[in-house]
Amino acid sequence: MKKYDSFAAIRRDLASGAVTCHALVTYYLQQIEEKKHLNVFLSVYAEEALQKAQAIDEKLKAGTAGKLAGMVIGLKDVLCYENHPLQCASKILDQFVSQFSATVVQRLLDEDAIIIGRQNCDEFAMGSSNENSAFGATLNEVDNTHVPGGSSGASAVAVQADLCLISIGSDTGGSVRQPASFCGVVGLKPTYSRLSRYGLVAYASSFDCIGIVGKSVADIAQVLEITAGKDDFDSTVSQKEVPPYTTALQPLKPARIAYLKEGLDEKNIQQEVREQLEAKIDFLKSEGHVVEEATLPLLDYILPTYYILTTAEASSNLSRYDGIRYGYRTKEVDDLESLYKKTRTEGFGKEVKRRIMLGTFVLSASYYDAYYTKAQKMRRLIKEATDQLFEQYDFILLPTTPTTAFKRDAFKDDPIQMYLADLFTVQANVTGVPAMSIPTGEDAQGLPIGVQLMANAFEEEKLLAFGHYLMEKYVPASV
Amino acid sequence: MQITKEILENIAHLARLEFDEGAEKDMLADLNKILDWMEKLNEVNTDEVTPLIHISAERNVLREDEVQPSLSHEKGLLNAPDKDANYFRVPKVIE
Repeated sequence: MKKYDSFAAIRRDLASGAVTCHALVTYYLQQIEEKKHLNVFLSVYAEEALQKAQAIDEKLKAGTAGKLAGMVIGLKDVLCYENHPLQCASKILDQFVSQFSATVVQRLLDEDAIIIGRQNCDEFAMGSSNENSAFGATLNEVDNTHVPGGSSGASAVAVQADLCLISIGSDTGGSVRQPASFCGVVGLKPTYSRLSRYGLVAYASSFDCIGIVGKSVADIAQVLEITAGKDDFDSTVSQKEVPPYTTALQPLKPARIAYLKEGLDEKNIQQEVREQLEAKIDFLKSEGHVVEEATLPLLDYILPTYYILTTAEASSNLSRYDGIRYGYRTKEVDDLESLYKKTRTEGFGKEVKRRIMLGTFVLSASYYDAYYTKAQKMRRLIKEATDQLFEQYDFILLPTTPTTAFKRDAFKDDPIQMYLADLFTVQANVTGVPAMSIPTGEDAQGLPIGVQLMANAFEEEKLLAFGHYLMEKYVPASV
Repeated sequence: MQITKEILENIAHLARLEFDEGAEKDMLADLNKILDWMEKLNEVNTDEVTPLIHISAERNVLREDEVQPSLSHEKGLLNAPDKDANYFRVPKVIE
């Protein structure tokens, strides 16, 4: 089987008869089996996917197939898919089976996409390395001693190692873009509220965003076009019309691009990451774009703001896991309070407990104003500063991550160092704007480097078009 | 701000979590370290700033109040760790 790098190529070969959906699914299933050591899939829906492939092959013959016929997709273990297991990589959702499908998942199925399985992640999407999973760590395919990033780590590895064409993940603080960068694939976090969150397990509701991982910007544009838009089941989702992203992949020329001084000056940034960004800036200038240094003095305050607000929201959202209605329940207790406490203590992992504790603290009566309200005020300042940049520029250009993929267990005992992996990605979540990581070469060890483009809210059309242009035209600098 | 053992135990109770001695020591150290780091925000004066609460621009998205099928009784009980024909079962609450 030839390796496909774009959905367009698959569609061409389906049309000519060079490949079938059944052959594609068979290939991906073999790949999944061969790459089992990477620990990507928690469940593989092999029989079901093969049967579905056969049915879609019939539909293709009859000319009645949907727009995503031939697209094989993996789902991060935070998205509901009716009658399929869902655990958020946590013991506390042991044996849970989804009673309905997330709106985004349903829209993919309605267009004949094939869901091949459920992917590992950090527990409840809390982490930057995919090491906080009740099912063990996922490995980076480029170098198994390095992490794939997180929390949608396995979703990025699935695309990197060709175990499916597209993964659907979630991005609350960088959880799609950071692993995409660590694995050398494309990751999009859309504008907050562009996609329905119905059926996405909540972590921090004012930040959570379903994101898309793929090999090409065109594929991601197509998935976004089909999954975005209003939904009766999510009253916070945007009512704005969804533009035809796939036909709009023409860059606006010349673009106005800002790179952040604080980003390039950051002392913890790896030299090769800096060099790649500088090479990109030179390339964009040579292409006639306006590329200027801008400043965001608030950069260092974004991460603490993010962690106060998200842990607060998480402590509230995760109070539903009490062992009563679903999931894991402790054995042999005879009063309700012990049942709650023992169930939660035995069911949640260390990082999740840490965040629930922090969130409960910042929301507690005596400290609410000093932490939670303070962070909400900071959120406004950060949003206003970002809005001002977008009054002058089409895009903000930043490294996706300060370093390439780090070693496994590197930050096991240092949560703050782990949090710093999201230094450049959280701005988009704190302010709600769309952002995308695209691969741009590798470091001396062969580990992928990503660059991040951010655009103003609901400007995915521009963002995707420009990202597509960058990937098509740019030849990575060798470092 | 330093979290003490007493504050930690109170927070743990509010969050319905328990920590044995070793875990409590680790959690105390982690929380204090992270809170120190969060206090960096105090460098910025925010006296005149209104808190930002909503990120979605949508307000009061309403629809017709029509009766639609919702989760069935059977599906609602599907994942229960302990149940009888109609209810979730829990330990006795009233003495």
